[in-house]
Amino acid sequence: MKTAVVLLPGLNRDRDMIAALTSITGRAPQTVWQTETALPDVDLVVVPGGFSFGDYLRAGAIAARSPVMRAVADAAGKGVPVLGVCNGFQILCEAGLLPGALMRNAALRFVCREVKLEVVNAGTRFSSAYQAGQVIRCPVAHHDGNYFADDATLKALEDNGQIVFRYAEGTNPNGAVRDIAGIVNAGGNVLGMMPHPENLIEPEHGGTDGRGIFESALGASTGLAA
Amino acid sequence: MTDEPAITPELVAAHGLKADEYERVLALIGREPTLTELGIFSAMWNEHCSYKSSKKWLRTLPTKGERVIQGPGENAGVVDIGDGLCVVFKMESHNHPSYIEPYQGAATGVGGILRDVFTMGARPIAAMNALRFGAPDHPKTRHLVAGVVAGVGGYGNSFGVPTVGGEVNFHARYNGNCLVNAFAAGLAKTDAIFYSEAKGVGLPVVYLGAKTGRDGVGGATMASAEFDESIEEKRPTVQVGDPFTEKCLLEACLELMQTGAVIAIQDMGAAGLTCSAVEMGAKGGLGIELDLNAVPVREDRMSPYEMMLSESQERMLMVLDPEKREVAEAIFVKWGLDFAVVGKTTDDLRFRVLFEGKEVANLPIKELGDEAPEYDRPWVEPQPRQDVAPGDVAVPKNCGAALLSLLGSPDLCSRRWVFEQYDTLIQGNSLQRPGGDSGVVRVDGHPTKALAFSSDVTPRYCEADPYRGGAQAVAECWRNLTAVGAEPLAATDNLNFGNPEKPELMGQFVKAVEGIGAACSALAFPIVSGNVSLYNETQGTAILPTPTIGGVGLIEDRSNTARVDALKEGDVLFLVGHDGSHLGASAYLSTIEEREDGAPPPVDLAEEKRNGDFVRSFIRAGRIRTCHDLSDGGLAVALAELCMASRIGAAIEAGDGPDHAILFGEDQARYAVALSPADAESFAAAAADAGVPLRRLGTAGGDRLKVAGRLDLTIRAMTVAHESWFPSYMSGTVIEPPAAA
Repeated sequence: MKTAVVLLPGLNRDRDMIAALTSITGRAPQTVWQTETALPDVDLVVVPGGFSFGDYLRAGAIAARSPVMRAVADAAGKGVPVLGVCNGFQILCEAGLLPGALMRNAALRFVCREVKLEVVNAGTRFSSAYQAGQVIRCPVAHHDGNYFADDATLKALEDNGQIVFRYAEGTNPNGAVRDIAGIVNAGGNVLGMMPHPENLIEPEHGGTDGRGIFESALGASTGLAA
Repeated sequence: MTDEPAITPELVAAHGLKADEYERVLALIGREPTLTELGIFSAMWNEHCSYKSSKKWLRTLPTKGERVIQGPGENAGVVDIGDGLCVVFKMESHNHPSYIEPYQGAATGVGGILRDVFTMGARPIAAMNALRFGAPDHPKTRHLVAGVVAGVGGYGNSFGVPTVGGEVNFHARYNGNCLVNAFAAGLAKTDAIFYSEAKGVGLPVVYLGAKTGRDGVGGATMASAEFDESIEEKRPTVQVGDPFTEKCLLEACLELMQTGAVIAIQDMGAAGLTCSAVEMGAKGGLGIELDLNAVPVREDRMSPYEMMLSESQERMLMVLDPEKREVAEAIFVKWGLDFAVVGKTTDDLRFRVLFEGKEVANLPIKELGDEAPEYDRPWVEPQPRQDVAPGDVAVPKNCGAALLSLLGSPDLCSRRWVFEQYDTLIQGNSLQRPGGDSGVVRVDGHPTKALAFSSDVTPRYCEADPYRGGAQAVAECWRNLTAVGAEPLAATDNLNFGNPEKPELMGQFVKAVEGIGAACSALAFPIVSGNVSLYNETQGTAILPTPTIGGVGLIEDRSNTARVDALKEGDVLFLVGHDGSHLGASAYLSTIEEREDGAPPPVDLAEEKRNGDFVRSFIRAGRIRTCHDLSDGGLAVALAELCMASRIGAAIEAGDGPDHAILFGEDQARYAVALSPADAESFAAAAADAGVPLRRLGTAGGDRLKVAGRLDLTIRAMTVAHESWFPSYMSGTVIEPPAAA
């Protein structure tokens, strides 16, 4: 599987993501700098975590207006799978590729800890390696992960099965509405999530629960997944 | 050199220069200095930059070792870890700014230490911070804790370095002067380390990074004086951090270093442009000429004085290979950073500063650094304290209640509220995160190696006996590295003390350094970098002497390490080292009896080494998987921490002796370890052969910690006590620690 990682100044989990994609796909992803206006032909585009442009306006707001994000939007429109993690999720929301917004954590503090995620919809191309209802471990590390959307949007997300991951077992770390941790767009090819599956993919990370997201995307692209 | 105010004695004093120091300035340059020159002298000769009170004693510390590539004197120490790799690390204080403006003070402390590390060509891989605050019930404490922790996290998280360890303590003696000591370590190739020594005449001096503003003007001078009631007025001397720019600067510098363009590089820290330019020139035996009109500024009408003394953050100065200028500049343009040729190296050993075509400073560069005043301050031997025998301390009526009080006390309770605000796993290499004995980080790309990090000092011991306290800080750090299975390599010291002009406080410094030196020598644990912070006192009250030791250890095979949360049902628990007997200056005494008297526990360095080497050999052989060092609160607290972390109980027989001394004595050189039953007998035999005292404590299992005849507590009760204090305190629901038993 060919992958690409978007690079923006201030992102800092790009190296974690590159290491994870290299380990899981067997080949290093291509990197795409912020000024690029076109993406390479790949099976998965990832917008990694960090603090793009310092998140000095609103998390992800400046990044969403960079040239490379226009290219990401074009690719997403053509059905190319796009994964945004943490700041990547914030950027995808700011870019209008996903509905809703990520507000400051309810406790107003940065939080880094392990949480539990319920796989709400195992039918997406990013979650097919899991079982519906399965609870997995995953770390979070963010200051602005408090997902919010209006009632009509939330209803649509639920009705269409767009909520992929929910914080489970009382581990919601940020006050996100309806415990939402990760969602897909209506087309099912753009996933945004606050937790960091790339930091839980090998035994030395303390577990491998995060691999399923990448393996799902890999399987879907090669037609192997159900 | 006109248009500047006359130099009056008041102006000289306002720059922190004493009358005799000013005489020395006059003798050196043979005329009255300009205001800019006075500022430069003030910046170079203050305590913070010149180490004028401490230098004599720092020279006595052991700084060499087989693996030491670079000791003190550069931006950070460098230690070989084999396979062409090295670890680059240092610890530095940002105490005074953090008290005045906690968020930005702490944030820029983290930024400064990260820059020290990547200036040398190393990518930062781990951070720690040692924080000391006033009494919990002091009105400023909660505000300082909240601000400092948020500032440390705000900068480090955005920059992208995992915070893997640290310390938090409370004591009334820090009421007017909190301590923020920031540690950073980076990984580099041994053949690609960058130094600050300028080489070559007529080469461009290039300014890199963020623009210069008026923030931090005079910061280093501020940090070289005691605080008084006017301290709030000094807020404008605190710098403002921009971790985004620092992250870009890191990437740009590492890219730049690969091009071969960098001849010398130095970060702009304390005293900014002045200190970095003088250090590069003086080290290389070269003069430096700067044209301030070329300096990128972000404020209008900045004077040469302000530019030379600004401590704006995220800036670097480098000597460039002129043939590589285009490629170098392109990298900085790509990252959106300033790149400006602001001067050149010369062969006249002068430090010349030009502004609007006029020379505003022309000083001998070597003398600015090397001829800084150096003092042999008078000092008096600290008075030895009478020790407290266990018989002089009431035996606890209820050992379980005493343990719960200790576990829930401000100094020993869980630091989760703090470390969950730090990104502890970014970079994907964190094997052990805060809460254990050391932070452990994989060596990125290496199949087997990992590095361990620990930061330690027990200030109440240093207050009671500076020599023993200094030695104990080193021993505990060495022990914490050993407890995860690492070979302790080297350390950095961050020496926080009061006013060195007071002989009794200078005596604390002298004896603590002596103790540190003795322990470092005995444990082959050299000091390779460090920082001294003096004048930590407010209105005449000095802090507890606090020589923080930040240590680094090497794990050759990371599949064989020990941790605190690996205890399993049926494991056999042992105490390595002798039974508890010492209560002087202990956490038990201060928490339960509200007494701070007595001498600290003796530090037997030979025993420390023997016991530690023994434990490490069993960890490295894969036979000890669970280990915890014994420190504050002694055996009972260590066992409780093992049980809570592993979520399993234990049934223990702790031996004969007074309950409080056995359970809570803080005797040194001790570990609690666990092995599988199959290994227990051979372990005991090996300890006897090695002359290591050993007690078989009991077996892990169930959901209670039971110490026969002494206490019986559920893991849940201990965990509630341990986890409650910090979040309750910070949310304002309790001010006082739980009632003593």
